Amino acid sequence: MKRSRHAGIAIVAVAAVALLFLPAARIPAFYESFLYLIFYWIALATSWNILSGYAHYLSFGHGAFFGAGVYTTATLTTKYDIAFLWTVPAAAAVAALLAAGIGAVVFRLDRLRGELFALLTLAVAFVLATIVLNTPIDGGPGVYLSSVPLPKFGVGPTATIYLMGLVLAVIAVGAAYFIARSRLGLGLFAIHDDEDVAEAKGVPTFRYKMIAFAVSAAIAGAVGAVHAVYVGYVTVGGTFDINVAVYVVLMSVLGGMRHWLGPAVGATVIAASLYAFTSGDQVIIGRAIVALGLILVIVLLPDGVVPTALARWRRWLRLPPAKAAAVAAAPPRMAPGEAVVGADAAAPVLACADVQKSFGGIHALRGVSLALHPGEILGLVGPNGSGKTTLINVITGQYRRDSGSIALAGREIGGLAAHRIAALGVARTYQIPRPFAHLTALDNVVLAGSFGRLRGDPDTMRGEAQYWLEFAGLGGHAHRLPGELNLHQRKFLELARALAARPRILMLDEVLAGLTPNEIETAIALVRRIRDTGAAIVFVEHNMRAVLQLSDRLVVLNYGQVIAAGKPRDVVREPDVIAAYLGSANA
Amino acid sequence: MPSWTLLGQALISGVLIGGLYGLLGLGLTLSWGLLHLINIAYFGLAFLGAYLTFELGTKHGVPPWYAAALIVPAFFVLGAALHWMLARLRVTGLVSLLVTFSLIVIIETAIHWTWTADFQRFEHHYLKESLRLGRFFIPTLELMAFGIAAVLSVVVWAWLRYSYFGKAVRAAAQDPAIAAAFGIDHKRNALLLSGVCAAAAAIAGVFIALTTTLAPAQMFAWFGVVFAVVIIGGLGNPLGALVAGVLIGMAESIAMAVIAPAWAPVVAFSLLILLLIWQPRWL
Repeated sequence: MKRSRHAGIAIVAVAAVALLFLPAARIPAFYESFLYLIFYWIALATSWNILSGYAHYLSFGHGAFFGAGVYTTATLTTKYDIAFLWTVPAAAAVAALLAAGIGAVVFRLDRLRGELFALLTLAVAFVLATIVLNTPIDGGPGVYLSSVPLPKFGVGPTATIYLMGLVLAVIAVGAAYFIARSRLGLGLFAIHDDEDVAEAKGVPTFRYKMIAFAVSAAIAGAVGAVHAVYVGYVTVGGTFDINVAVYVVLMSVLGGMRHWLGPAVGATVIAASLYAFTSGDQVIIGRAIVALGLILVIVLLPDGVVPTALARWRRWLRLPPAKAAAVAAAPPRMAPGEAVVGADAAAPVLACADVQKSFGGIHALRGVSLALHPGEILGLVGPNGSGKTTLINVITGQYRRDSGSIALAGREIGGLAAHRIAALGVARTYQIPRPFAHLTALDNVVLAGSFGRLRGDPDTMRGEAQYWLEFAGLGGHAHRLPGELNLHQRKFLELARALAARPRILMLDEVLAGLTPNEIETAIALVRRIRDTGAAIVFVEHNMRAVLQLSDRLVVLNYGQVIAAGKPRDVVREPDVIAAYLGSANA
Repeated sequence: MPSWTLLGQALISGVLIGGLYGLLGLGLTLSWGLLHLINIAYFGLAFLGAYLTFELGTKHGVPPWYAAALIVPAFFVLGAALHWMLARLRVTGLVSLLVTFSLIVIIETAIHWTWTADFQRFEHHYLKESLRLGRFFIPTLELMAFGIAAVLSVVVWAWLRYSYFGKAVRAAAQDPAIAAAFGIDHKRNALLLSGVCAAAAAIAGVFIALTTTLAPAQMFAWFGVVFAVVIIGGLGNPLGALVAGVLIGMAESIAMAVIAPAWAPVVAFSLLILLLIWQPRWL
């Protein structure tokens, strides 16, 4: 099992080492150039995919980062006489800074992030071209680099460029591989599926997107540096061509955007076939064919060649689907709610004081105060629109409170980002389950565990994730995608995800809604078992029988205010509560 | 510092070019805001229309207004057909951006192939005509383009706001399933709306042919500005696109007069960045 998981990268590594010695065989320079162009496209497409493929923030401005690298090297070598090799990291840094600038603007937006990102990156390439064209960086005539001295790695200048191209391709593919298997990669895949949920599960979405974007741009910038000396004469028109943007997108889509090797395979296929179109008019036709190919691939092969081929291969060998080997459940590292630092049983684990939140003119929360004690189940009820879900959203940091204080074990969390609150031990479930659609049930739970209170490496979380799936009765569905589960299973998947985060407090938003009476019985037993693990629970529910069975205390919200709180049996007899539920005539 | 006359003249041309920006942005803003298709192929269509006007005018001696009478209805059909294809392929959101981006590259290649990559100019007598207003000159063609853009934007805005059709389209944009349950045939409405978007692109194309120097790569140069217009104007809002177009046009012409003409493309983009950082509520 271990061997086959790393077989892919091992084959790539062996091939790369073999290619390293190719110049020593004194092959004709023509082949070195041909192979260099393939490495060039592999590095560009793979770097593009790190953000755009994994997190699905499509960039149409990869040419801008490439171009920033080209002109960094052109300027530093010709105007400042800096040795070429030093300009490569400089080119990478300039491109990464440009990406960070764009990211800082667009990644903070609440809505249309993906769309605005795509169009902004498309526009940025043209703006950058305008700036380069109208400043002394180029000024119009282009820059000659043919006299720039190159370091001697191989037997000749083409061998040097060939080797640099190979190294960049290996760096790009290696980065794509290690990111795909790290917490960063898992976080990016979660952002792809549902960014708000990813943030609520503890993924630092802004930081991750910035890192992925900067890495992606830095590699493109370094490729630009090498390509500047490859072409020897750079112009604005040739550098900021729309080709780079079109080709990297097609190569990645063709190869498969969710696989680390996809863009490299797509790049090899397309770059090799583009070699047929080299001169003048043929280049133009080649581009049209590539664009047409992109439409066909999107329509006919949306997953890409590599994932489709791997699936076929496994079926042919009668192997189980990828990653489907049974995972042995491992006991959790520490029970949820255990070892709450510095808290004694009497002090509340969660204390809200006078929390207010309004949306425009609607006051959703008008000064809510409540406390949750360790090991307690607090029922939170109220008519529809009374502010229950808003309160959960404010406590978990999805919305920021307007005023008031929210303290977790004595520490104010009201102003923190949602992922920080999640990492401190606040977990929630969604009324309508929102699993990550392209991650298996197991990976959904692995993600929550990796980014929860006891953060950890995804690989080491798998056994524990399986434990929580079994806890929620989903042990047999670990390798199913959420779309293959029914509503009741998706609701329990929500629970397993929340539990794997090892929360101090767990907020259950109408987990029973839509379940059959039998399923409700199972769910009630499950909530009791969760409490026995030590987590304090806020239980939002309309099913009064379940609320009365489970709750230690009850809080009633109406119009964004607490109208009653106390022992469940007493609270339901209060006239205000009856009025809120049944209308004042019944009070 | 340039003279006040020059600044005034710059403002006038800024307002006038702004109408064209609004017209070009109409297709993108309506398809994005109301059909959830980020259809940037309208840029390609506008330039295709421009080249057809140019071809008919210079090679076959067809006056631009007759050419428009041919091209605009033809593009209405083309736009509807394009939407039919996108709906058939079930592309939405970012994927629609990918597909229409490919389309625009194909259109650019076709233009490049047919009319070469060289800059070309449609020479005609309208070019020299202008009205005189005190110290300022108002070019007739640009004024006409602005007038048509303004009328079209207001008509489309009113149509979407007050007619049954407009309400049906906006309802379906919010929740297609519920709208369908109330008997709204969104497929048919979307075809009609896409036709109108493409027709607007064709009209913009005719004026691009008449007032600017053509080159296939120019369509990408217009893109940055029009994208800013669409975002600043608010998605799905034709009147917003017109107002944003005029504002950006004015800012650009002032920058051209005060700094240097070549810096104009940076202006719209900088405005957009500032707005995205500021994030006003109407954005």
